[in-house]
Amino acid sequence: MSDAAQPDTTGHDNVIELRGIETRFGTNVVHEGLNLDVRRGEILGIVGGSGTGKSVLLRAICGLLRPAAGEIRVLGTDVLRASEEERAQLETRWGVMFQDGALFSSLTVRENVEVPLRAVPELTPELRRAMADLKISMAGLPWRAGDNYPSELSGGMRKRAGLARALALDPEIVFLDEPTAGLDPIGAAAFDTLIRGLSRSMGLTVFLVTHDLDTLHAVCDRIAVLAERKVLVTGTMQEMLLVDHPWVKEYFHGPRARAALATAGDETAGD
Amino acid sequence: MAERASKKDRITVETTAETARVTLTGALGLESLRRLEDALRALPADRAVHVDLAGLERLNTATAWSLAQLQRRQAAAGQPCEITGVDDASLALLESVAQALPEPDEAPARPRGLLDRIEALGRLVAGAVVYLGELAAYLGLFIVRLGQALLHPRAFRLTSLVHHCQEVGLRAVPIVALMAFLIGVVLAFQGSMQLRQFGAEVFVVDLIAVSILRELGILLTAIIVAGRTASAFTAAIGSMKMREEIDAMRTLGIDPAAALIVPRVLALLLMLPILGLIANIAGLVGGALMSWIELGISPGMFRTRLVEGVSVNHLIVGMVKAPVFAVIIGIIGCHGGMKVGSDAESLGRMTSASVVAAIFAVIVADALFSIFFAQVGI
Repeated sequence: MSDAAQPDTTGHDNVIELRGIETRFGTNVVHEGLNLDVRRGEILGIVGGSGTGKSVLLRAICGLLRPAAGEIRVLGTDVLRASEEERAQLETRWGVMFQDGALFSSLTVRENVEVPLRAVPELTPELRRAMADLKISMAGLPWRAGDNYPSELSGGMRKRAGLARALALDPEIVFLDEPTAGLDPIGAAAFDTLIRGLSRSMGLTVFLVTHDLDTLHAVCDRIAVLAERKVLVTGTMQEMLLVDHPWVKEYFHGPRARAALATAGDETAGD
Repeated sequence: MAERASKKDRITVETTAETARVTLTGALGLESLRRLEDALRALPADRAVHVDLAGLERLNTATAWSLAQLQRRQAAAGQPCEITGVDDASLALLESVAQALPEPDEAPARPRGLLDRIEALGRLVAGAVVYLGELAAYLGLFIVRLGQALLHPRAFRLTSLVHHCQEVGLRAVPIVALMAFLIGVVLAFQGSMQLRQFGAEVFVVDLIAVSILRELGILLTAIIVAGRTASAFTAAIGSMKMREEIDAMRTLGIDPAAALIVPRVLALLLMLPILGLIANIAGLVGGALMSWIELGISPGMFRTRLVEGVSVNHLIVGMVKAPVFAVIIGIIGCHGGMKVGSDAESLGRMTSASVVAAIFAVIVADALFSIFFAQVGI
């Protein structure tokens, strides 16, 4: 377990580096002196109580929200001081999936996935369509779903379509905001498998904000806990179980956590 | 984006009698997909293909898709396709892309024929008939709920009614008054230009009074209110519908028609005649002012001419229409709101549809009134 207050100097290849982040809304300070590293190829789960600023952190990294102080480096680019061009370049190297997919409601699913692909002038319309169909299918949607409008899809399918759009440009990093919230357990488990599989085959780094203990068990390589306005601890699931902090203890030792852990244990035993 | 396609991205194809050998180097991405597809599709189909990826920096889905297509074509032709120089991660990607490929037996979409067009037209007409039926049903619902409210006055939502009266009536006074004033000015100006040719300047008072009291005052007020209020009704009820608030009301035993539709339509019913009256006054004032400036008809003379020369019937004919317009606008606005689906798109669509339908219906109703009054002879 690395103490998150200390910058990571262990020589890992970090794709995201946050240093001394401070965000505030008026007088309400959300983050103060927050440090976090995300390593290449890992799936990092961000957990924390409601209102600890998990989504705010995600929005800050993606540049949707400017922190009051601190430094954000994504893939070696200083996000807060980058020029327009550098930012545009960077935006093609990450994908974001919002909570309910955030699909453009006036476009079909295929057209939604084609939106980022339009930035590549070399693609012919036929190839763009084929690429969009491929991503839709890789996100686990049936082929015909591409012709549907977002309002015609279920919540789980909208999330998958959102993921397909986030993956359109073969990004190196994907940000997922509560990917399994509002899904039934079967759908959530399928989504977990999907994330795991895609991150392996596409070599993705995944920054995952979640409340779902099953997801943490099933897909995350490391977990970062947001509390007291900073990243309290980072580490693997096993390391989390040993942390002596009231909130972390309650979170990872509560009845739901034990149930999730028991299932995860059964699965390992069954393998 | 283009800078990322570096110079060392290369697709080399060597063809011999038995095999075709393809070597990919660099970081082939979406930018090079078209070149790659063209190169792979140009390969002869009657021999084995060998693809070497050893020089590839990173296999991405675009390249993997192209290779998977090649594999499928080769398999269909019964020729081997060998891919070498792949690490485990690339192999996993190739596999997952190959799995995600579509089934080749996709039936092309049928072109639209004449029959489809006739069917679409029929659906449009049937939809319009259904729409009119629904509006009639909402009108009936409004009358029934209003009757119930009269029987049980204690259950009536007075606060809501007052709130909507303020929104629909009071807040619309400035725009309605200004619009009517300007219309009065324009009528006086145009009328005086024409009537002066005949030396009949004084009849400009009749022109202004009749056209404003009988038609323009109330019609233009109704059109403005249709734009302002029908859209507001649809948006307010529609966003409640979208967030399932209407369903929540039903489960709590609150009737949405009594809680949402009755106060709104009733407020409009009370306020539109008042707004129409304000518009009439503002229009006459504007006309009188312009007549004074342009023709030298003093306000006193204007008043005398107005009282003596213009029948009160014109005012009655105008004001009789107000409640009808109010009900039309209110019912169309509320109905539009209840028709909103679960997506934001339909909220916007229904809001603009409500405004268009309300304005259109108001004008049609006005035309019918004109015919009716002409037949009756008022």
